Amino acid sequence: MADPILELEGLTKVYSGGLKALDSVDLNIRKGEIFALLGPNGAGKTTLIGAVCGLVRPTSGTMRAFGHDLAKDWRKARRRIGLVPQELATDMFEPVEHAIAYSRGLFGLPPDKARLEEVLRSLSLWDKRKEQIRALSGGMKRRVLIAKALAHEPDLLFLDEPTAGVDVELRKDMWRQIDAMRARGVTIILTTHYIEEAEEMADRVGIINKGHLLMVDEKDAMMKRLGRTEAHITLAKPMSEIPAIIARFPVELEREGTALCYRGGDGTGKGKAEVAELTKTLTTAGIDYVAIDTHESSLEDIFVSLLGKQEAAV
Amino acid sequence: MSLNLRGTWSIFTRELMRFLRTAFQSVLAPVLTTSLYFIVFGAAIGGRMPALGGVDYAAFIIPGLVMLTLLGETTSNASFGIYMPRFTGTIYELLSAPVGVAETLIGFVGAAAAKSLILAAIILTTARLFVPYHIAHPFLAVVYIMLVAASFSLFGFILGVWADSFEKLGIIPVLFLTPLTFLGGTFYSIDMLPKPWSTVALFNPIVYLVSGLRWTFYGQADVHFGISLGITFVFLAVCVTVISIIFKTGWRLRD
Repeated sequence: MADPILELEGLTKVYSGGLKALDSVDLNIRKGEIFALLGPNGAGKTTLIGAVCGLVRPTSGTMRAFGHDLAKDWRKARRRIGLVPQELATDMFEPVEHAIAYSRGLFGLPPDKARLEEVLRSLSLWDKRKEQIRALSGGMKRRVLIAKALAHEPDLLFLDEPTAGVDVELRKDMWRQIDAMRARGVTIILTTHYIEEAEEMADRVGIINKGHLLMVDEKDAMMKRLGRTEAHITLAKPMSEIPAIIARFPVELEREGTALCYRGGDGTGKGKAEVAELTKTLTTAGIDYVAIDTHESSLEDIFVSLLGKQEAAV
Repeated sequence: MSLNLRGTWSIFTRELMRFLRTAFQSVLAPVLTTSLYFIVFGAAIGGRMPALGGVDYAAFIIPGLVMLTLLGETTSNASFGIYMPRFTGTIYELLSAPVGVAETLIGFVGAAAAKSLILAAIILTTARLFVPYHIAHPFLAVVYIMLVAASFSLFGFILGVWADSFEKLGIIPVLFLTPLTFLGGTFYSIDMLPKPWSTVALFNPIVYLVSGLRWTFYGQADVHFGISLGITFVFLAVCVTVISIIFKTGWRLRD
């Protein structure tokens, strides 16, 4: 594994009201990856980002970014970190280009017109550069926030719900932007409610709930480990028990023997192949069927399942 | 630790630009207010007042008027400067940037103080249209105005961090600062007050500020300039200490 550029160890945050938003979170982020942090509302996603970016004071634990201790060498570390917040927080009366130039200066970099133009053009904001931010649409305002976060050329970028409240077209456009950032070598940590977003973008996924990091894994490995294929085969004639010829498959009878249900595979296509094998076996054995309905579990199914298990354990 | 000077400069220039965006109001308001004070207190009432310590009444009130505007505008500029980012959420950028307490203070407080100096210059220029006056210690006057502007910018910064509503933001300037300034010898010498009020007035810290500036103008004041200077420095030190604690604990800034 490449050296982590962000290392969190035992990160805990208890708010003054007693709410434990983060509970001993350990997490390593690799250079150049897109890491998606999934979790329901109040899971601790924004608190985790806030702790790394200096908005939240952790109760305990250590954080290192680019080899710097964030509690001690925060100046050096923060120069390389960018943040796009969830809320559309901007100075509404400020022209777009001023807002972005300000962000660059705030992070200690000299003015750079070429960089400013590059960032504005890459986010389709060049034509709007003179306009006050209040005159822009919600989607464009979010782009301004991204441009502000990119102005100081961060190596690590946090995107807190980057596509919350934007329409489908803009969301896909945003995904392209994120992909382009990754291509430039920026490591990205994004939080999202949209599992589709994590499926589409992420290299690795972390699932967090009630301050606990439940699982961190490669997206594909997670799908492989927890993914399932489910197939419902409606039989031409009901049966009372599973015939021996298909006993090797993970099947069971349902709907009073009128259907077979297959649950297996691992999210890599193994399940689909087994379903095909099963149907061939049924045909060979002369067991007729009239319909097949298959379903591949998504990251969302895994997410819901993991959260369900945690709820049950509590 | 090396200071992020570009960060400081960015905060400073952005705050000044915010001021310039409302330049018409920022400049016109003190010109109009000062003119009104001169018409009412300088011409209408001042014509019937005797000279105070050999200084014509219209000229006597100039340092008080400068202080009146300076305290109000500096406090509200500095408090708005930090309250608005907290209110709109844009403070996330400041907190996540490589800027610490020094850069933040120099940027915000420096800009608020700079605005105040501009306002003081405007008021003095406007006053010149109504009454001829001579500043006995111009260098000390500028230094003292800068010192007061810096102190009340820090005070405004604390106010802006403390306030969690626009109402609270306005309470201190309206209910405390303005009355204390009016009662602080802006329009009169505290010697003119009967006993015990002339003694009670000495518990009003604004008396020392007005008196200090008046001394730099006319070489005479209600209290010794050294005392005024000392009290201003104490106030400055208290504000710096409070702000250091705010940043150290993250009070109202970081969760």
